[in-house]
Amino acid sequence: MFTTTKLFLQVTACGALFALNTYAVGADPVRYGFGEPASAHDLQDFVSSLPDGRDLPSGSGTISRGKQVYDEKCASCHGQKMEGGVGDRLLGGRGTLVNDDPKKAPVKTVESYWPYATTLFDYIKRAMPFYTPGSLTNDEVYSVTGYILSEANILKGDEPITAESLARVAMPNRDGFILDHRPDHFKPADKHPRLR
Amino acid sequence: MSILDPNSDAKNKLKIASLVEAEEAFLAKARTNANSVYFSQHHIEPVKPVKGEPARSVDPLQRPQNRRHFLASVAVLASSSVAGRAIAQTTPSLEGKAPPGAVWRSVPEDATKIPGTAIGEDGGYGTRSQFETEVRWRFGTKTPLSSWSMTPLEHGVGIITPSGLHFERDHGGIATIDPATHKVFVHGMVKQPKKFSMLDVKRFPSISRILFIECSGNGLTEWSKPTLKTVQGTHGLVSTSEWTGVPLSTILNEVGVKSGAKWLLVEGGDAAVMTRSIPIDKAMKDCFLAYGQNGEAIRPEQGYPLRLIAPGYEGNTHIKWVRRIELSDKPFMTREETSKYTDLLPSGKAVQFSLIMDAKSVITRPSGEMTLSGPGFYEITGLAWSGRGRIKRVDVSTDGGRTWKPADLQGPILPICQTRFRFPWVWDGKEAILQSRCVDETGYVQPTLGQLIEVRGLNGPIGSIYHLNAIQSWKVDTEGRVSNVHYY
Repeated sequence: MFTTTKLFLQVTACGALFALNTYAVGADPVRYGFGEPASAHDLQDFVSSLPDGRDLPSGSGTISRGKQVYDEKCASCHGQKMEGGVGDRLLGGRGTLVNDDPKKAPVKTVESYWPYATTLFDYIKRAMPFYTPGSLTNDEVYSVTGYILSEANILKGDEPITAESLARVAMPNRDGFILDHRPDHFKPADKHPRLR
Repeated sequence: MSILDPNSDAKNKLKIASLVEAEEAFLAKARTNANSVYFSQHHIEPVKPVKGEPARSVDPLQRPQNRRHFLASVAVLASSSVAGRAIAQTTPSLEGKAPPGAVWRSVPEDATKIPGTAIGEDGGYGTRSQFETEVRWRFGTKTPLSSWSMTPLEHGVGIITPSGLHFERDHGGIATIDPATHKVFVHGMVKQPKKFSMLDVKRFPSISRILFIECSGNGLTEWSKPTLKTVQGTHGLVSTSEWTGVPLSTILNEVGVKSGAKWLLVEGGDAAVMTRSIPIDKAMKDCFLAYGQNGEAIRPEQGYPLRLIAPGYEGNTHIKWVRRIELSDKPFMTREETSKYTDLLPSGKAVQFSLIMDAKSVITRPSGEMTLSGPGFYEITGLAWSGRGRIKRVDVSTDGGRTWKPADLQGPILPICQTRFRFPWVWDGKEAILQSRCVDETGYVQPTLGQLIEVRGLNGPIGSIYHLNAIQSWKVDTEGRVSNVHYY
């Protein structure tokens, strides 16, 4: 714990640093010492995932177990055939994303649109089932993730579904995203406006 | 649970239909309410003149001057059989039922002849007047747990949105969190992972900033045709508050960022455990964890006890109920930043991490569904904002964009904040198309819808869904009725 004087001196000394840098990663300009160290135990229940599989929890699942979990916990909102209901449609839509028809909407699903399989695990783990979020075990989430990908014809075979296998999955729309190119540059419109 | 995702044509129509329905339900009530800007005389059955004075029309745009008079006639009529049902609907308070956020108190005939309410009778926390009825209305999703509600911009004055009217977007309901036990964990690529209590968070030096937050889905119904009728429907997913909290740079310095860390995952403690990845440069530059909103604790629906503020970024990045921050070398590619808040172009490619909200403006009065009482003077007023900085100018057109004149800007003009503009106008009784166009300090000019569609395409009825910042057109017909049109 700092004494008031120590803290004051440290803050004053580091104020000069702040003046030079808008920010300085790792430069330790000011340390107040508030808060406590977080232990591995504190952090063990948090889940987040990177596309390369880092941070995914241990565990494994099977497609057949996934079907059971889906039928029991997911089908009521997402439909028996993953066609959607209260919840999102999960399947289909490949080939609909290239679309210039204002009357016809592209069909964005896990199968047609989601770029990473790890995201599917992550989202189900944190937010599904909608009315009992966080209630599935890691093995159940791996299983149901595998089942959805299998129904989408993305995963085949009986390989156990794990962090490593999800990181290896090549999603159909993996390369469907581009970075933000804005700002666009618009000039005041000079055409003759009319009611549309 | 997605609302915004266009999964099929049928579902799209359904979604838009239920938005239209929600707005219509609101309008039906508002049209019969003398305190609403949408009040329509037609809903009042025969109104008897009061003591030899002719029944006066209530001009929705000049209501303050007329209301006292109108209410007087209502008071007389309330006791007569003529008034009947229509009157009861006109002022809900006459039934002893106060609108949300208000308390019903009996209205004396003359408030100078009887003492008012005792001080402290409100328990020490005030309420709004029982005569003020504006509310957020919610999109009629199948579950109210994942939905959004819109700010009634047409009622707003100044630039601050009352906390209780700030728009909402919740993905798993509004979390109830006890600040006494709440902790924020910061870990990942840091030298010392730490946990902070709310007391810890509040000990750090604080900052306050007045900032707008806008949902990137604001206006999604308006891509292919004018759909919603009111400015609350077309633009109500934007609000402005003063936010107070601790800079993220302070917190990150506290844990020590490891070199190579480029992104932060910010995670909410709600049932959706909502997450977004934020670039670390942005986090260090101006993001903060807010616990204050408009001078008091942040509202539950805004993320009590702690919300991320990412100035100028799309609303969903302002993670509410923050419980965890994880640093990494790469973005986490969460569901919200891959399958949801990405802008699909006709090419089949989707723009990802389109985080900044471009400059936008809208006339809030007069706006859709209001009626001008007749030719004469009207003040055109509205709001302009940009996620890239200050608003530099706003021009107003009353002829559909053929000619433009500069509007007056009300100070203070703050960066990444709504700016109020005003423009005096004498309506000649002829058809008019009202538009506003803003320019921000980077020189960005707000586009027409046509210009925006040229760049973004129109792949489906709601196009690329997000980031519609086009010029809004309101048509005034010869009867003074104002409606939402596409004019470009």
